[in-house]
Amino acid sequence: MIDFELSEKDREVLGKLREEALVARRYARYYDENEHEFPPDELPEASQFPDFMQLMAGRGKGDSGMGVMSMLVTAAQTWGDYSVRMRRGKGGGLGNAALRAAGTPEQIAKWQPLTLAMAITEPGCGSDPSRVQTSAVLDGDEWVLNGEKIFVTTGCRAEGVVVWATIDKSAGRGGIKSFLVEKGTPGFVVAHKEKKLGIRADDTAAYVFKDCRIPRSNLLGGDESIPKENSGGFKDVMKTFNMTRPLVSAIGLGMAEAALDFTRDQLASAGIGVEYGSGMHGQPAVVERFLRLETLYEAARLTILRAAWLADKGKPNNLESSVCKAKTGAAVREITQGCIEILGPMGVSREHLLEKWFRDVRITDIYEGTGEIQRMITARALLGYTRKELN
Amino acid sequence: MISFQPTEEQEVVREAMHDFARSALRPVARECDEASKIPEPLLAQAAELGLVSTQIPEAFGGGGEPRSPITNAIVAEELAWGDATLAVAVLAPAAFAFAVADHGTEEQKRALLPGFCSDTPASAAIAFVEPIPTFDALLPRTKAEPKGQGFVLSGVKSFVPLGDRASHFLVIARNNGGLDAFVVPRDAEGLQISQPEKNLGLRALPSGTLTLERVELPGSARLGGAAGCDVRRMLAHSRAGLAAVMVGLSRAVLEYAVPYAKDRVAFDQAIAQKQSIAFRLADMHIETEATRWLTWTAAADLEHGRDATRSAHQARAYAAEKCMWIADQGVQVLGGHGFIREHPVEMWYRNARTLGVLEGTVAL
Repeated sequence: MIDFELSEKDREVLGKLREEALVARRYARYYDENEHEFPPDELPEASQFPDFMQLMAGRGKGDSGMGVMSMLVTAAQTWGDYSVRMRRGKGGGLGNAALRAAGTPEQIAKWQPLTLAMAITEPGCGSDPSRVQTSAVLDGDEWVLNGEKIFVTTGCRAEGVVVWATIDKSAGRGGIKSFLVEKGTPGFVVAHKEKKLGIRADDTAAYVFKDCRIPRSNLLGGDESIPKENSGGFKDVMKTFNMTRPLVSAIGLGMAEAALDFTRDQLASAGIGVEYGSGMHGQPAVVERFLRLETLYEAARLTILRAAWLADKGKPNNLESSVCKAKTGAAVREITQGCIEILGPMGVSREHLLEKWFRDVRITDIYEGTGEIQRMITARALLGYTRKELN
Repeated sequence: MISFQPTEEQEVVREAMHDFARSALRPVARECDEASKIPEPLLAQAAELGLVSTQIPEAFGGGGEPRSPITNAIVAEELAWGDATLAVAVLAPAAFAFAVADHGTEEQKRALLPGFCSDTPASAAIAFVEPIPTFDALLPRTKAEPKGQGFVLSGVKSFVPLGDRASHFLVIARNNGGLDAFVVPRDAEGLQISQPEKNLGLRALPSGTLTLERVELPGSARLGGAAGCDVRRMLAHSRAGLAAVMVGLSRAVLEYAVPYAKDRVAFDQAIAQKQSIAFRLADMHIETEATRWLTWTAAADLEHGRDATRSAHQARAYAAEKCMWIADQGVQVLGGHGFIREHPVEMWYRNARTLGVLEGTVAL
């Protein structure tokens, strides 16, 4: 049965998380201005709130699926603040999402307790991962990694990383595999930390791997075979994106919602109410603008939930992951830009968090595949084109 | 809970409607547009689908299926994929009948609903729109004044679907500061119905302008009787219905543009292989999807008895903007051919602009 209304349990969980998120928001400005200080794993107020697992206990058939919930939970948290969360918790990194999507049961059991970053981008390659130069060579029962990775989200704080490397450069994309590497492994160095436009409390690292040796069993998914070009073997690696793309979309969405809520409150305090019933002609221009942004928010939210719902159903969601990422990446920019325009000069004041949300959401259309890459994937699916036919 | 899962029955309905749209609507759409006319046999054929009667209670001669705005959204999308104009023509009586079923008194239901369940179903329509600039559905100028036990209606309504044949109209009017709907029979004294209007789009839809000059109606003409009816709710049904039609039109444009772009070669390459075209097609798909989910959200709110003012507003507003944009992009992908009447996209471009400004033509 088609429905989009949250169950009572769904609402209860999200409501509690929002209370927590509001507490986290108190610290948002501090960690934005003190970029190189890490927020603690757990804020002092955390003990006042129920544990997340406790909240999620006793869910039934009438409640939303776990994939859908993880999107809503993520958005509820980032509605408070992108990177200052009450409990950062373990296992919440992008690499963890990749692990869940592509790992063997043993790997998931072993690695899920650690916070895992995801290292794909290199100084010489970003959107086209087939150009990955970091190499993994099998030596006895160990893989030996060599290469550089940049723009690793939460790369400093993470306890481990899922790193993309080629096991055979001549095999092109087919030679690319992902590997699990724990911090502290000899030959694995965190080189430096970037300074950024936004999401400053979340560190972004550069890694160097120099003769870094890891167990053979650390190849994510365990499949060492090299698929023939265009045989689809690369898709296993790409599968890791099927949850991370909706996830980073949800991260951006939460902040866009915060921007909308702030703007609505400010309009209300200026005596401008928002009304849905009548047509656009009877509305002040700012209200009409605001209504459009709110609708854009709903549209993006639904594309995210669609991708997550398909995953919950065990159905392919490769296309929908790209659809939601393309939609949300553009929507959150437009929403935060528009909210500032609606509020005028107060929108850019650092007295408020709106200017921070505006900076924070900008990454949504870039990381985990730019909007252009998402459109490429979407168009290939629509047109039935291969990578060679459309690039 | 969040679920995008149609019921098995809804899947069956979708397939049946798609077949009908492909075999009966799409092939005649252009000729209907050119002639500004719908072939009568087509309407009879559509009547056999039981689009209206299925969800009317058995007590009034209907199929007794539960009222399902979600199913109706799926139906409207598929029919409009075939042709939006014909979809509106086929679904217009449903807007009237569902409004009566949802808001009417027992007496009104008994009098009006069986007509939609016969072999030659009644034709009727809602009259929402008025021919004034910056028309707002909730601020009509048409007004009802009490007179004795009844009412006197004065005003002008335009873009009333099936104006050439409808036996009854549901006229939305201001009544003592509030809004009400009145059942006005075609032969009511003081009601003038124009020749079919000539419009930019939906040309084959016979739509009329109703001029109500002190039309006297009995008290029983007020939908819902003494309690009146929730016109905002009716408007939400209508907005969601229009949104569903626009999803179908958007999909039609996309599905037409895709094979064209793969066939058309420029500079030794299919134009679909160029990012400027491919990304446009991707965005057309993305927005079609987003519009459908907004439409389903409104339909689900309506189906489960929740307030749908916000979701229906969002669905219609977003659909209007994106359907227009998608039709516009469709013309651009076809280039000069998009401007030529041999291809349907110029017609879809006109239809998209027209649908985007309507209220009250169809309802879920």
